[in-house]
Amino acid sequence: MTEKEKKLLKIAACKIRMGVIEGTHAAKAGHPGGSLSAADLFAYLYFKELNVDPAEPKKPDRDRFVLSKGHTAPGLYAALALRGFFPWEDLLSLRQIGSHLQGHPNMNLTPGVDMSTGSLGQGVSAACGMALAAKVQGKDCRVYTLLGDGEIQEGQVWEALMFAHHYKLDDLCVIIDNNGLQIDGPVDQVMSPYPIPEKLRAFGFETAEIDGHDFEQLEAAFNRVRETKGVPFAIVMKTVKGKGVSYMENQAGWHGKAPNDEEYAQAMAELQAALAELEAE
Amino acid sequence: MSEVKKIATRESYGNALKELGAEHEDLIVFDADLAGATKTGTFKKAFPGRHFDCGIAEGNMMAVAAGAASMGLVPFASSFAMFAAGRAFEQVRNSIGYPHLNVKIGATHGGISVGEDGASHQCCEDFALMRSIPGMVVMCPADDVEARAMVKAAYEHKGPVYMRFGRSAVPVIHEEEGFSFQIGKGEVLRDGTDVALIATGLLVAEALDAAGVLAKQGISARVIDMATIKPLDEALVLQAARDCGKLVTCEEHSIIGGLGEAVCGVVAEAGLPCKVRRVGVNDEFGHSGPAGALLKQFGLCAEHIAEVAAALMN
Repeated sequence: MTEKEKKLLKIAACKIRMGVIEGTHAAKAGHPGGSLSAADLFAYLYFKELNVDPAEPKKPDRDRFVLSKGHTAPGLYAALALRGFFPWEDLLSLRQIGSHLQGHPNMNLTPGVDMSTGSLGQGVSAACGMALAAKVQGKDCRVYTLLGDGEIQEGQVWEALMFAHHYKLDDLCVIIDNNGLQIDGPVDQVMSPYPIPEKLRAFGFETAEIDGHDFEQLEAAFNRVRETKGVPFAIVMKTVKGKGVSYMENQAGWHGKAPNDEEYAQAMAELQAALAELEAE
Repeated sequence: MSEVKKIATRESYGNALKELGAEHEDLIVFDADLAGATKTGTFKKAFPGRHFDCGIAEGNMMAVAAGAASMGLVPFASSFAMFAAGRAFEQVRNSIGYPHLNVKIGATHGGISVGEDGASHQCCEDFALMRSIPGMVVMCPADDVEARAMVKAAYEHKGPVYMRFGRSAVPVIHEEEGFSFQIGKGEVLRDGTDVALIATGLLVAEALDAAGVLAKQGISARVIDMATIKPLDEALVLQAARDCGKLVTCEEHSIIGGLGEAVCGVVAEAGLPCKVRRVGVNDEFGHSGPAGALLKQFGLCAEHIAEVAAALMN
């Protein structure tokens, strides 16, 4: 990855974070914490990895992305808007009556959304169905799905992982956002999912363990994803919940709470300063 | 008179899948370790590359089917009604129903006629559960001819469909020749003017027998095969209510939330002077026993339907 490429990805991620703050502030609701922890991944997927076309959102051979942790829709929406799937201003209509931006993703309303999700544990199954279908149809496309570390407490996730390995879904990439926090507190205190990579490997997955805020590590992991044949791949990325907004970082309380006007101003000031610094580099 | 041919509608389901599979390459089948019982094994034998066992994981199967449908395939996902509609309700609701994906759910072993396995496997709640999902078509065939035609109609329909098939062999009451099936249309099998018996599934044959019993008592009973429970053929229900003024609904399902309540809703909202009685499983669980004996014990038989209809006359 060139320095210029990295800089552009960082700028995209910063703008996605701003979109998360703008959307949840306008909605007075939504889930900023997990949207911010995955913002760098969203930037990497939509500006480097995925074969998608905003001009043709339903292109048959496009890569699919399923946001299994559907509550972090504000992050996905910001990435899609930034990539040109719909106007940036739409983010301000998040969760409002008449908006195409539902509280959780709706594939029939929002351009670029490949699966309706929100009920945890189901998106990963749908992604398995997509990867299986692509094999049956001989389609040359890849399927990516993002799960929360709390989400993997759902038993269905492990049913899906068993399925993915059984049917050798090597065009499937499962990504786990290990920000360590869920609504009721730290994941290891609520119901420990650890050790995550060992469990994935026991289910037959090739794994990569990375820092989910490091674009070079993201690139290396996704390169391995594409090279791996015969088994599915899982990326476990360590992240910081609320990343990029100082008072939200590592705070479970910001899982599903919107910033008020004052908090909004502070968050945007921090992100604008970060953006200015990146652009000045 | 030759003996009436009897076939379980789950057999019909497997046979129809195999026929359809030969015509349509986009048809794929999912099962959850019950291919021998749901009869999707018939399809598997013919098209092994398009049959996917999901193991004992019905929730995953439904959402996998949703993902496959989003890619343009037409998945039929099968298990017993208890697990397809019950265990996997929320996956069907959120991953299939909400995005209105083109998944066909073939649920076998519905109702009390599951028999010996007992209440844990006798699903009498599936119509209620599936009816409550917006955009879901809910159907239950009376016999082999109707079941096979229904599976083909389900394939042609764009959107989610729930079909309930039975474990036990049931009489074939339709003639293959000239039979046509339309989703959302009931069928008058026997005309009558005193009472209308509106039945679905294996109780259609029983309702026909009940009409014979009633005729001997001088009561003219209309028999309607209501294979589609949702969307309900409201015009046919209202016509029967106007013509007969008395309706008896017959279903191998709880009287709560099924065909009976659907008919009551239509008649009540139309404000027609009409009496309705619901023959079905009352608010109780089943238990183990041979299917035929259980159906009689729970009043899901011609004799009881005739009694209920005759009592309505007074």
